[in-house]
Amino acid sequence: MYGKPLPVVSVSREPAGTFEYLTTKKDELVGWARKFSLFPYPFVTACCAMEFMAVSASAYDTDRFGAALPRFSPRQADLLMIVGTVTQKQAPILLKVYEQMCEPKWVMAFGVCATSGGFYQNYASLPGIDKIIPVDIYIPGCPPRPEMVIDGIMKLQDIIARGKHPIINDKF
Amino acid sequence: MVPIPIFDALHTALSAKGANTTVSHGVLVCDVEPAQVFTTATHLKSAFAFDVFLDVTAVDWPDHALRFEVVYHFYSTTHKVRVRMKTRVADATPHVPTLRPLYGSAGYMERECHDMYGIIFDGNDDLRPILLYEGFHGHPLRKDYPKQLEQPLVRYRF
Repeated sequence: MYGKPLPVVSVSREPAGTFEYLTTKKDELVGWARKFSLFPYPFVTACCAMEFMAVSASAYDTDRFGAALPRFSPRQADLLMIVGTVTQKQAPILLKVYEQMCEPKWVMAFGVCATSGGFYQNYASLPGIDKIIPVDIYIPGCPPRPEMVIDGIMKLQDIIARGKHPIINDKF
Repeated sequence: MVPIPIFDALHTALSAKGANTTVSHGVLVCDVEPAQVFTTATHLKSAFAFDVFLDVTAVDWPDHALRFEVVYHFYSTTHKVRVRMKTRVADATPHVPTLRPLYGSAGYMERECHDMYGIIFDGNDDLRPILLYEGFHGHPLRKDYPKQLEQPLVRYRF
């Protein structure tokens, strides 16, 4: 068995000048890949959901940005979109969903209620989700226009593209 | 406005029981004592076919001696009319009888009213928080609850 010679395969070299290799930085390559494969988890609690549907559907089409496929399990998602008002009673659930997401993960506050509580300043609602979890991008508006959401997604893509992407980080 | 025939009969029947009745915005309003809440509701249901219990809520009048006004709404699917029943209770003893034996849906609404105003419905043994959560202190729709007082379940990051 060991003495059997390996079959000889003739490799035909491509002509010179074709695309054979490239050099780049690891962070740029990984960032480029990650920014076009955002798998959002829509944490939808209120009326901003209508605008989320509008921006996801064909007229505005978040698929163009690689952020089309909502995952309804936080374990498969890497973009947490908080769409709507989060109440104090809902806050432990949001925290649990956030903690179940694997690194790397990003958080988007969609609409003014998720951003700051909006016009709710009372016993019931959380004054902005950044009180309990870190947020990467805020989209104001009540509800935000689809153009604003797309602008937010593109700004988040810029953040991801410019960011560091360590293979091993402090949390992992 | 077209006169509603059942209102005359209701007025006669409730006045005989000592309730003060008026008509406000097309709805018959009757003021009763807390002790008469259950008997009046029983009478409305059995004699006048008020078979739907719409809501129970309260109004906080901080300056009044009898601080809370507990407001009930009933609807009759036979007569297609609503009736409103009000009673007044003091801050120290906010007790009214439960209507759960008459209307099954009253249980949830009494829980909500207990959450928001602290009205105690005697006979309703399930007054756990329904819209609020365990550990919430106070009753947020009372006028003396601080408007922006939050009671977070998750510790704030800043």
